[in-house]
Amino acid sequence: MRVTVTVNGEQRRADDVWEGESLLFLLRERLGLPGSKNACEQGECGSCTVYLDDVPVCSCLVAAGQVQDREVRTVEGLAEGDRLDPVQEAFVEAGAVQCGFCTPGLVVAAHDLLDRVPRPSDPEIREALAGNLCRCTGYEKILDAVRLAAARR
Amino acid sequence: MTSVGTPVPRVDGLLKATGTARYTADIPFEDLTHAVLLQATIARGRIASIDASAAEAAPGVLLVLTHLNAPRLPRMRAFAKGGSAQQTVPALQDDRVRFAGETVAFVVAESQEQARYAAMLISVEYDEEPPAVGLHGDAYPPAKVNGQPPDYRRGDAERALADAAVTVERTYRTPVHHHNPIEPPVTIASWDDDGGLTVHEAAQGGVHMMRLGFAEALGIPRRKAGSIRVVSKFLGGGFGGKGFMWPRNILPAVAARLLGRPVKLELTRAQMYTSGGYRSETVQRLRLGADRDGRLGSIVHESTSTGSDMGEFPEPCAQITQMLYACPNVTGTHRLVRQNVGVPTFTRAPGEGPGSFALESALDELAGELSLDPLELRLRNYAETDPEHDRPWSSKGLRECYSEGAERFGWSARNPEPGSMRDGRWLVGYGMATAAYSSHTWPTFARVRIRADGTAVVRCATTDIGTGTYTVMAQVAADALGVRPGDVTFEAGDTRYPFAFPPVSSSGARSIGPAVRAAALAVRTRVARLAVKDRESPLFGADAATVRAIGGGRLARADDPERYDTFVDVLERAGLGHVEERKGYGVMPFLHSTASGIAPWPVGPLLRVATRPFAGRYSTYDFGAQFVEVRVDPDLGVVRVSRVVGVYDIGRVLNPRTARNQAVGGITWGIGMALMERTTTHPRLGKYTSPNLSGYLLPTNADVPDIDVHFLDRPDPLVNPLGVKGVGELPVVGVAAAIANAVHHATGKRVRSLPIGPAELLG
Repeated sequence: MRVTVTVNGEQRRADDVWEGESLLFLLRERLGLPGSKNACEQGECGSCTVYLDDVPVCSCLVAAGQVQDREVRTVEGLAEGDRLDPVQEAFVEAGAVQCGFCTPGLVVAAHDLLDRVPRPSDPEIREALAGNLCRCTGYEKILDAVRLAAARR
Repeated sequence: MTSVGTPVPRVDGLLKATGTARYTADIPFEDLTHAVLLQATIARGRIASIDASAAEAAPGVLLVLTHLNAPRLPRMRAFAKGGSAQQTVPALQDDRVRFAGETVAFVVAESQEQARYAAMLISVEYDEEPPAVGLHGDAYPPAKVNGQPPDYRRGDAERALADAAVTVERTYRTPVHHHNPIEPPVTIASWDDDGGLTVHEAAQGGVHMMRLGFAEALGIPRRKAGSIRVVSKFLGGGFGGKGFMWPRNILPAVAARLLGRPVKLELTRAQMYTSGGYRSETVQRLRLGADRDGRLGSIVHESTSTGSDMGEFPEPCAQITQMLYACPNVTGTHRLVRQNVGVPTFTRAPGEGPGSFALESALDELAGELSLDPLELRLRNYAETDPEHDRPWSSKGLRECYSEGAERFGWSARNPEPGSMRDGRWLVGYGMATAAYSSHTWPTFARVRIRADGTAVVRCATTDIGTGTYTVMAQVAADALGVRPGDVTFEAGDTRYPFAFPPVSSSGARSIGPAVRAAALAVRTRVARLAVKDRESPLFGADAATVRAIGGGRLARADDPERYDTFVDVLERAGLGHVEERKGYGVMPFLHSTASGIAPWPVGPLLRVATRPFAGRYSTYDFGAQFVEVRVDPDLGVVRVSRVVGVYDIGRVLNPRTARNQAVGGITWGIGMALMERTTTHPRLGKYTSPNLSGYLLPTNADVPDIDVHFLDRPDPLVNPLGVKGVGELPVVGVAAAIANAVHHATGKRVRSLPIGPAELLG
């Protein structure tokens, strides 16, 4: 099948998409956007988190066909040109990045939180990021990064 | 102005936060084919028949390898014997099934989905045999444990036990753990027309070690191993799970050679449980004997873990007991019981992780028997020198770790009576434990080049598994050269760069750092030599050996810092595009002479060197103290860790930001180990029942409290010129015991089997 979708503000088309393919596969393998990471394929780790029509989803759990004529925004689409999104900036500055594999998903999840709740409390941050697993940082600096980004926005 | 010791932000942070860092799976390839594994669904038996004809006829399928048609592959040399493998038995060589999850077919297709579909069409019939499951069978001693004999004895521990005024005898259990880095392992193998092989790997296993592993597996003579290139630039975590050569690393190269096209294998999360090792479950019997004052007279630590016909990795649990306390009579033994569950391997804090759970829990039980404060018990048995080797420590700040940690934590407020402290309905418990880890120095080379524009590039074939090597090594080189860290690029993860050992056993900073420093100093001296011979240089006629770096890429006379030259000017006048030097560290003479990047791989001798540091004159360990507060719901048995204080002696801290990351992450591993992480094995079928992230629980951010990490930050004067020890694994050690001890303090219930959950507390 053919899938037509707006990704990071640009209309994209993929042909010969198999019905069983995920949005994650579409992004990574067909549209050249490997920023979203494939790690568990069951929606447990959050590494593949992207926006679908402004709602964060695990792109491994969304079928590619479901995004027809919709809007997807990935970690690659958060910065505006050379200007990083404050969340990305805060992740780098706060030391919230280690191996970095969970980072794209966490950045999108944190970005969504701050869009909804500009000044989140710690429990709100923890709740919002509970679906994103990190094996390196112990989360401390990730919370710091979200607090920092919130203060700056 | 020095950079080492300052919290320089990660140089790769931006790439990672924008999704532009290219991990192995992200690398685009022309003409790429995709492979999947089909794995055995029984734990022991024979393949009675395997029919791949439907798969071979499926759309897009290019190749199906089974034991019936796979090329013959050699048995791999074990890591412990100088090789690169933990599982020495290659895949697809016979009809035997030795564990559930063993590869029985390897399918390659034009797309990953086609390969997956085709794998489902393969029909396999098994003659099933009852598998050996659990640590119940006959125990036998392994050949070696971390390069040492399986049994250790000093004094007569049994007799001292019999004479002891107070004894504690307990058995502790830890379950199977899986590394579960967030990035699944990926291999992309491609052959060029000249017979050269390039492998892109998510490789903690060290690119040079893997090169030799590929040579061995593919029948390429060692002298031609230079035709193999292994590349690993960004790694989504390792923790031991991406070390060594496993069949999953080898099969893509085998298939790519047959097909004449690149082959990519990306494991699924479930396959990660059976394709790259795990931490064995352990049963540990601890016997302590002490006098009434709490002075230890005897410790016996008997550890049993999983053995396998396919390779051997005993979890070295008792080794921490051999060195940690001043006790005249100590016996440590390691035994294996064969199981049909695959070969275990190193997992973050191997040995010390589960071993300290047993030892430090037992000490807490002894403190209870003696009505002695657990911290005081440890101080009474403080080892001023290494009791195992009877020699001084290179440095040991453990006493300060205890006092600083107790102070920060507020340990003195602890009411010794279990169940005595409450906060509302929560039972509150305080627990502590000692941490120690035997981080290693491995032979490492680095090449430092100063370029005409005054910037520098450092190359070393280590890999940054997420620890911050790219950042920290740029700092080390910058200080040695006298430039800003931003002017230095550290390049790693390529066999084209000088030899480095895999970044394992907390060895990165202490092995790579001194090599980078030595090479940077050498190239700086070379520039100085050029300058002092140059009549146009302000340094002309000075003694090159005394020329000093004064920052900003400037070299000054020792007697007059106002007279200086710069890297840029010296190179320009000399008409040189760059100058470079290569140096090694922790290197034995014979390695020095042969390490052209295709060095032989004398792991056996290397292990012996590593375990006898400083030619046997000193012992070096990382030390620390862990303090934990837990809250236990008395009705539900839910345990929450509410505070952790960790104080560590890791020598000099090269970068407090990356070091702190390592420490908080390590403590979080300890929390996972104590309260949630466990892979369960079906007792009859021998299969893992939860090979996923919904069955194997990792700590989430809500499970991790505020963590107070403090480093003594005292350079070890003897360990190496940077004074740095190791940080990656130490913070894991002791956390599980400290939590178990805190749970006992909160509830009066002693849990001796991990993880600790409501079932253990309410039962």
